[in-house]
Amino acid sequence: MSSENKQNQERLPQILKYYRNPTLAKAIVEKINDLAKKIQEDIAIMHVCGSHEWTITHYGIRSLLPDNVQIRAGPGCPVCITPATDIDDAVKLALDGVVVVTYGDMSRSKGTKMSLQDAKALGADVRVIYGVQDAVAMARKEPNKEFLFFAVGMDTTAPATAFEVLKGVPRNLSFLVSYRYTPSIQGSVMESNVLGIDAFISAGHSATITGMKPYYEYFLRTKKPVVFSGFEPIDVLLSIYMLLRQIYEGKPMLENEYTRAVTWEGNVKAQEVMERVFDLEDGYVRGVAIFPKAGFRLKDEFKEVDARERYGLRKGISTKDEYVAGARCGEVVMGLIDPPECPLYMKTCTPEDPKGSPMVSQEGTCWIWAHHKILNYVPRCKR
Amino acid sequence: MCVAYPGKVIEINGEFAKVDFGGTVKDNVLISLVNAKVGDYVLVHAGYAIQIVDEEEARKTIELWEEMTKELDEEQKRRDLYEAIGGKGE
Repeated sequence: MSSENKQNQERLPQILKYYRNPTLAKAIVEKINDLAKKIQEDIAIMHVCGSHEWTITHYGIRSLLPDNVQIRAGPGCPVCITPATDIDDAVKLALDGVVVVTYGDMSRSKGTKMSLQDAKALGADVRVIYGVQDAVAMARKEPNKEFLFFAVGMDTTAPATAFEVLKGVPRNLSFLVSYRYTPSIQGSVMESNVLGIDAFISAGHSATITGMKPYYEYFLRTKKPVVFSGFEPIDVLLSIYMLLRQIYEGKPMLENEYTRAVTWEGNVKAQEVMERVFDLEDGYVRGVAIFPKAGFRLKDEFKEVDARERYGLRKGISTKDEYVAGARCGEVVMGLIDPPECPLYMKTCTPEDPKGSPMVSQEGTCWIWAHHKILNYVPRCKR
Repeated sequence: MCVAYPGKVIEINGEFAKVDFGGTVKDNVLISLVNAKVGDYVLVHAGYAIQIVDEEEARKTIELWEEMTKELDEEQKRRDLYEAIGGKGE
């Protein structure tokens, strides 16, 4: 890139092409290898976003890394972590005649008995939408029907819903809120020593909203290296390099690789809207545990549009049997095992006939591995 | 489901914008939560813009690394030459 040309011509799409440049990747991989040799010890890095898992698997990044550096997929798939009780409630309402609208992946995830798509097959009115605006538009168009928006996702998805609620929604629409707050989930994992994770790749798009700030308290307590990363292959390789450099120099910090979208403060406008509408409460991660301050709840003043109030639903916390017998979804979600270590993986549980939520969602580790035809067990350097 | 794609804002009508994703134009993307203007690139997730993409930063990251690959190429050439004249690489 010569400096005169790029003043005007180098618009973003051209620049982003470089984020998949093989020569650049090779250079970074060399540097990663050098650092890993110097460090010598085994390093376990965890990411907490399904999109990161997709990039890492799709571009074969694990195969480029030295033996003593491993990457694990943490709890970063909204569909995977949505409690079965919430799905059961949505299914029950759908069968009772409420029109349930939600995202495609969510409609295919089974609760304890069936998924929303199964309910649809039984005659329920279940509709797949792209964003919350569609739900509002549908409810306006058909005022004689009751609508329920099954609101799942992370802090990236929550602001749009908060915005619509603040603006005012039609009376025949209510929200079953099952959002989760990424900083609290990652923070809890940072503070737990059960998983033995040395460093973290933080979810870039979640951080465009929350900023880096909410992670600071956890960082101060744990002093574990964190890098906020973008989603192109070069982004991820760079983030791994940055983490290893922090470890090698013995200077852990909150570092930002995704500077083109993530800031320290985040999207303040979106945060204000979220804080006006939601409170944080304990949130359950399906089949794993209750995470403090990880769930969103509609504030009391918005009771009228809260489906939990309107239909007297449960809190979305249950610790009963969450998965099919023998399935190890919870362990996959927390990065304790790789998908092939689950006895059901690609035997009875496939993307065409998923038994557990990580095989349903395109952000689920099992779906991604299955989609890339990874069938064998990848030995880990550190258990 | 925090997938987000960068697209170019080509028109703004109140709360909503037309966004061009490399030829695919999506209408009514909610733009109220960012201070974007026409011509900006925004990251769009589930029908709304979550953040403006900072082109300058995207360029800076890459330029920094291009410098490093230049160095690497030199090093690689040196090694190849060394091997070619009968040495054993490092």
